Amino acid sequence: MTDLLAIGTRKGLFLARSDDDRRTWTLDGPHLLAQEVAAVAVDTRRARPRLLAGIQYGHWGPTVMRSDDLGGTWEETESGAIRFPEGTGAALARVWQLRPDTAERPDVVWAGCEPHSLWRSSDGGANFELVRGLWDHPHRPTWEPGAGGGAVHTVLPDPASDRVTVAMSTGGVYVSEDGAEKWQPRNQGISAVFLPEPPPEYGQCVHKVAVDAAGPDRMYAQNHFGVFRTDDGGASWTSIAEGLPADFGFPVVASPSTPGTAWVVPLVADVQRVPPGGRLRVHRTRDAGATWAEVGAGLPDASWTAVVRDAACADEGDPTGLYVGTRDGCVYASRDEGDTFTTVAAHLPDVLVLRAARLP
Amino acid sequence: MTAVEVLLPGSLADLAGGERHLRVDAGGGTLRDVLDGLDAAHPVLGRRIRDEAGAIRRFVNVYVDGDDVRFAGGLGTAVPEGATVQVLPSVAGG
Repeated sequence: MTDLLAIGTRKGLFLARSDDDRRTWTLDGPHLLAQEVAAVAVDTRRARPRLLAGIQYGHWGPTVMRSDDLGGTWEETESGAIRFPEGTGAALARVWQLRPDTAERPDVVWAGCEPHSLWRSSDGGANFELVRGLWDHPHRPTWEPGAGGGAVHTVLPDPASDRVTVAMSTGGVYVSEDGAEKWQPRNQGISAVFLPEPPPEYGQCVHKVAVDAAGPDRMYAQNHFGVFRTDDGGASWTSIAEGLPADFGFPVVASPSTPGTAWVVPLVADVQRVPPGGRLRVHRTRDAGATWAEVGAGLPDASWTAVVRDAACADEGDPTGLYVGTRDGCVYASRDEGDTFTTVAAHLPDVLVLRAARLP
Repeated sequence: MTAVEVLLPGSLADLAGGERHLRVDAGGGTLRDVLDGLDAAHPVLGRRIRDEAGAIRRFVNVYVDGDDVRFAGGLGTAVPEGATVQVLPSVAGG
């Protein structure tokens, strides 16, 4: 068995492999050199695993590339995998998220993009169709861009139902219960410090959402200030930030196998996007946010960098592996749920996205 | 056929069969016609220069006989027979 870690950076894609249950890693790349890789997916549902990469040529625009030989060769759809239909007046600015659906929907892949839009592919990521229910939502004109641009950056299809959850900066959390036709905002309880009180129905700057292993109704949200949990599919959210050194940050990662276990990577504040005290650490909960513990032996001190929203992920291993990548080009791997980390790579370009997969 | 020359930067030549100098039908005589012709012959190359709404990408500069079309007629800039259309990446990136 091989563990594969796909590392998307501002200047290309790197692939790290481990053949000894995540103890040591070998790095391969760069692939797609000089292209920003802000979204990547490893689709293990296929007979041959497929890599999907949402790329941005420096000058020449964004698109989706795919490889069925783990980066040996790449293809792109001639007319563009993601292109706004005529009449929308819009043009794709950036692919923020690529998310294969469940094994029961084997060719379905979702994409979250800028401008705020959700896309669905039914051919494994070669061609995507704009999800009209969200694009035509009456709220869309009021979704403001965050500092990184206005985008659907999180897509969470429920493997057991027709529910799809998205998160946007700004906009907040929206949920569809009918396979992405109709959408409702679900942000009650999530703060919006950049707006007057009380918090609005929508418009929050939710940085990332992760689904707990207990089931789809329990989710965690790292907000633009504030960490929250819902136990009812987003209908209401409560703060779980107590015990963290700071409630700002970008990623939140949930274990795919251990209920109640999740991680955040705190930063001081929006105007100080650095780890508290310059010590890069993750904070782990084992009880769905009731308490937090600082973990991360092997992560650096004197580290004045940051971890962006998709530059942390978990794997399917037992125990769960956790991966963290930094804006100063370092990638760290833990095979013990965050207790200890080893360095996978250093001196890469800014790490934008990490995705781990187990290959047979 | 009203032919014009399109000059590509080296970084786009692979998308035109390795050629940096292309002969393209100018059609109705505007830059839009030239780029439409380029799209038809080389769709991926066309997407590098213009987005799906038809706009020239922000960091791509296009010159007709040395004049930046952003300060001329944009996509409606006249491209007479024998003209040279040059595509260049702007100063951007890092």
